[in-house]
Amino acid sequence: MKLDSQRLKKDFPILQQQVNDEPLIYLDNAATTQKPAAVLDALQMYYETSNANVHRGVHTLAERATNQYEAVREKVRQFIHANETAEVIFTRGTTTSLNWIARSYGEANVFEGDEIVLTYMEHHSNWIPWQQLAKKTGAILRFIPLLESGELDLKAAEELIGGKTKIVAVSHCSNVLGVINPITELAEMAHQAGAVVVVDGAQAVPHMPVDVQELAADFYTFSGHKMLGPTGIGILYGKRHLLEQMEPVEFGGEMIELVEEEDSTWKELPWKFEAGTPNIAGVIGLGAAIDYLSTIGMEKVHIMEQELIAYLWPQLEKIDGVTMYGPTDPAVRTGVVSFNLEGIHPHDVATAMDMEGVAVRAGNHCAQPLMRRLNLQSTVRASFYLYNTTEDVDKFVAAIQAVKEFFQYGTL
Amino acid sequence: MALSKLDQLYRQVILDHSQHPHHEGTLEDSTDQIELINPSCGDVIQLQLRIEEDRVQDIRFSGHGCTISRASASMMTDVMIGKTKAEAFELTQGFSELVQGKEVSDVEALGDAALLNGVAKFPARIKCATLSWKALEKALAAAGQDEN
Repeated sequence: MKLDSQRLKKDFPILQQQVNDEPLIYLDNAATTQKPAAVLDALQMYYETSNANVHRGVHTLAERATNQYEAVREKVRQFIHANETAEVIFTRGTTTSLNWIARSYGEANVFEGDEIVLTYMEHHSNWIPWQQLAKKTGAILRFIPLLESGELDLKAAEELIGGKTKIVAVSHCSNVLGVINPITELAEMAHQAGAVVVVDGAQAVPHMPVDVQELAADFYTFSGHKMLGPTGIGILYGKRHLLEQMEPVEFGGEMIELVEEEDSTWKELPWKFEAGTPNIAGVIGLGAAIDYLSTIGMEKVHIMEQELIAYLWPQLEKIDGVTMYGPTDPAVRTGVVSFNLEGIHPHDVATAMDMEGVAVRAGNHCAQPLMRRLNLQSTVRASFYLYNTTEDVDKFVAAIQAVKEFFQYGTL
Repeated sequence: MALSKLDQLYRQVILDHSQHPHHEGTLEDSTDQIELINPSCGDVIQLQLRIEEDRVQDIRFSGHGCTISRASASMMTDVMIGKTKAEAFELTQGFSELVQGKEVSDVEALGDAALLNGVAKFPARIKCATLSWKALEKALAAAGQDEN
């Protein structure tokens, strides 16, 4: 069952380099992941053999490009267990997907006095679209609080989600705390209240099996670049009956059926949402990334990350002055580890670690409201993925020790 | 060890300023104040100034920041107190060029802040170094407008 991360690492050309004269240890996977040669080759191959615009040519290349593009839609459907490909819409990424849901579904279904329920751990991209929707419509935002452990307070959620709730928007996994949220339970609460649940799956789909039907998600969104694919491609999944009642957010070529001078009609799902020439190469690259992940198996990817965290956690706990955030129970956490070193600013830690070849993130991780709740300005974040090895963990821990000493004694 | 390169950035004087900053706190008789946020990290600085007779008579800074931004704020207050507004503005421009690795004609005038030249090799940290200087620059501009 155990994965050979060392072997997988060889599939990633970018990871074979030195940074600041040290072997690169890339631990910023929650921001974006690196791409295996298979994905890079797929992009190159597409442009060398099949490049054409999709859905609008009768020539051979156009058909080839269209077939490849639509084949990825089917791959995505299988990957997240959607009911049909009509429910899988290509977007620029999670942010675009969430904005479209807020703009289209939100503006048509949320009115003054209605309530939108979020959690305090949401990324800005699953916060601001709802905040702006509330400002525009006069709806009220409500927030599910967090327990001491970093998990959602489900009792409070049950009280918050009620007759006035129209939308429950929640991340599947936190990009700061690494906690996995109980989507199925939240969906049940939302559905009992007659609301829909919108899931930000950006930190989940790359790391574990996701079944949108089992989760009972009404909308589910994620990004290609956080799962070994290219930037600029993402997914908006929605249940057919919801997508059907929604108006497109963007208008233009590709998405229309009939255009008259004063009015137009839209194509059927999913194309009515895909205006203009889409990111065809991005879609092809995403397909190659899904193939790569599927060959390994998402259950294995998840177990491997949990094992890596189980290996890391006690070592971090032993270092004096390290504070970790988020749940300690490995069953409800991903490979995202936020922490602080006492007396040393996260930016100083990140710069120092970079000198050791270790790439980590420092800052508020696009979650300013969460930082305020935790009484923090910022944290250091190390986020692991399938190509990170126990040796990476060892070097990461050694780097923390070295950084601590550097700032304690002013020199080495 | 690669951490030795850090000495270029975190010189002892810089660490000293950060750990024991000068002019941290608040001014009771301030004439001008400003708050500036570094959106990339959420760091925030507040400056309180007493500007009288066209001169920066006193400054205090407060807020949250990293070693570089705290040290830089401390060094900035050292060099600015007593300067005319025009001189102070001139210094902010010189410092901005210094941390971008450009030639600065009068490095001495920047005092201890001249030691922040190592920041030029760490482009991601330039904003940390310039936060307090940009805040001052904005405060000076606003103070100028008030008088006109």
